[in-house]
Amino acid sequence: MSSTERPPDERDWSEVQSSAEFVELRRRLRVFVFPMTGFFLLWYLVYVLLADYAHGFMATKVFGNVNVGLILGLLQFASTFVITGVYVRYANRKLDPLATKLREDIEGATPAGGAG
Amino acid sequence: MTLAQSVEGNNPALNIGIFAAFVVITLVVVFRASRNTKSASDYYAAGRAFTGPQNGIAIAGDYLSAASFLGIAGAIAVNGYDGFLYSIGFLVAWLVALLLVAELLRNTGKFTMGDVLAFRMKQRPVRAAAATSTLIVSFFYLLAQMAGAGGLVALLLGVTGTGAQALVIAVVGVIMIVYVLVGGMKGTTWVQIIKAALLIAGALVMTLWVLAKYGFNLSSLLQGAVDKAGAVGEKLLSPGKQYGATGTSKLDFLSLGIALVLGTAGLPHVLMRFYTVPTAREARRSVVWAIGLIGVFYLFTLVLGYGAGALVGPDTISKAPGGVNSAAPLLAQALGGPVLLGLIAAIAFATILAVVAGLTITASASFAHDVYANVIRRGKTTPAAEVRVARITAVVIGAVAIAGGILANGQNVAFLVALAFAVAASANLPTILYSLFWKRFNTRGALWSIYGGLISSIVLIVFSPAVSGTAKSMITSVDFHWFPLQNPGIISIPAGFLLGWLGTVLSKERDPGKQAEMEVRALTGVGAEKAVAH
Repeated sequence: MSSTERPPDERDWSEVQSSAEFVELRRRLRVFVFPMTGFFLLWYLVYVLLADYAHGFMATKVFGNVNVGLILGLLQFASTFVITGVYVRYANRKLDPLATKLREDIEGATPAGGAG
Repeated sequence: MTLAQSVEGNNPALNIGIFAAFVVITLVVVFRASRNTKSASDYYAAGRAFTGPQNGIAIAGDYLSAASFLGIAGAIAVNGYDGFLYSIGFLVAWLVALLLVAELLRNTGKFTMGDVLAFRMKQRPVRAAAATSTLIVSFFYLLAQMAGAGGLVALLLGVTGTGAQALVIAVVGVIMIVYVLVGGMKGTTWVQIIKAALLIAGALVMTLWVLAKYGFNLSSLLQGAVDKAGAVGEKLLSPGKQYGATGTSKLDFLSLGIALVLGTAGLPHVLMRFYTVPTAREARRSVVWAIGLIGVFYLFTLVLGYGAGALVGPDTISKAPGGVNSAAPLLAQALGGPVLLGLIAAIAFATILAVVAGLTITASASFAHDVYANVIRRGKTTPAAEVRVARITAVVIGAVAIAGGILANGQNVAFLVALAFAVAASANLPTILYSLFWKRFNTRGALWSIYGGLISSIVLIVFSPAVSGTAKSMITSVDFHWFPLQNPGIISIPAGFLLGWLGTVLSKERDPGKQAEMEVRALTGVGAEKAVAH
């Protein structure tokens, strides 16, 4: 028995898990986070490999003393900020409403205390 | 043994005065915060009452260690672009936490990483494994910070005697123990918030100051750094100065890059911070704030690094006491004289204090909650007894960290941080991701990925050139290295993922009911731990 103080409930979690709404919530989460994770890891890996093995290319001056390496590095910052913003928008619009509805349905009559 | 060995123009009394003011202010805050610390949830998770932005600032305070402030600025000043590469890995890593870990972890756990890993597994073996990995990662990280404090003291306070440095390390350790004992997670969080605000404000002022000297033109600043460095100056602007030497060093950099990007989301002290907010949505906001602050801070360090190169010069920095770590303090002095130097020195100390406090509370929580309450007492204990054990553990860990820091003072232990990231990425991350996303995952898989990742990273580090075989190794008298790379990530991370998969498919254990419960809770927040109302 764990100490995670779960209320003794008779809920059939498998039933919820296979419900259409939950399947949709999981699909929406995964269809966003898996490809996005793949994308930023690949983009980061390409950047690291270029920095590691393509010194000449990275040293190419673009304007003044600013070279390709510096621009690609700053683009890593930019892409991190953009992906963060896009995910928050997506989660607020597509994930939170569905998750809240499911949570309220499941918790049902039991009063959902706290700031949930 | 004299002040002349420290940074010239340094005023140790002023530095100590500013640092003492920080300690007094934070202690007042910690004592005030402690008034409401009663339950286990208060002690471990600050009653889950912090807002997303507050927690995001605290995460930045927890994450931006002295290594990232002094180390990265110094690395950029001396090695140019290669120093910048670190900061990119440290930042991009937060996307793993944002997209895959933070919210689901907040919904399924209570206090520790072990809560999530053990949710649908056999409790005792998995919690024991999670606690082992948490304690090892936290302790190595802690030791690196404490040992680094000794060097920093030499640089900033002009304390160069071994005995005096040991005394300062002990003082740092004792203040940290007081924060954790008295304030619990709430006090620790406020220390981190104050420190993050000071650190980011200090870096902002210096960044604007440097840019103003170059007419807010990045290209002129880079030209300044190139000119100051002499014949090899041009190399500062592109990658390869540090890592480009040989095929092995290039591979080493690749290995480091992978460990950095995958390690963050497996660091126990980062994970534990997600429990201090009331909901998964606030956990998401925490990460957004953390990414913003950490990203902006690393952009500052880019300017500070090249600024130190241009205004102080890589030769002066390399020869200064503290080596590359002295770049940011020397720059502060070049810009604003002893007062700015004193402020930056005090902020560097505050940084060490806040980071070690965060590590200590994480390690003590894992021991008390996973090992004592669930493995030893099998869940039959009271929260009050558990918190008492956590407090005792915090004192023990603090004492061991002081002793370890004094013994390791002056040793080259920078590899311990790389090791902490490698273990986090090899042992913790695979287990967390499999638990959250892979239906079939089971106890044997969890144990194999944790212990497999842990053992492979530690064995490879022990037999790496970081420990023996080169002039820069920790041990120079004997050579027993056979693994060519400093960083084990490129081998140990795939090993952790592979062993987790293999262990799972070789075991017949399945618990679809529990998996359904975990997945529904993770995604919807049903039954998630609520905030404590005071």
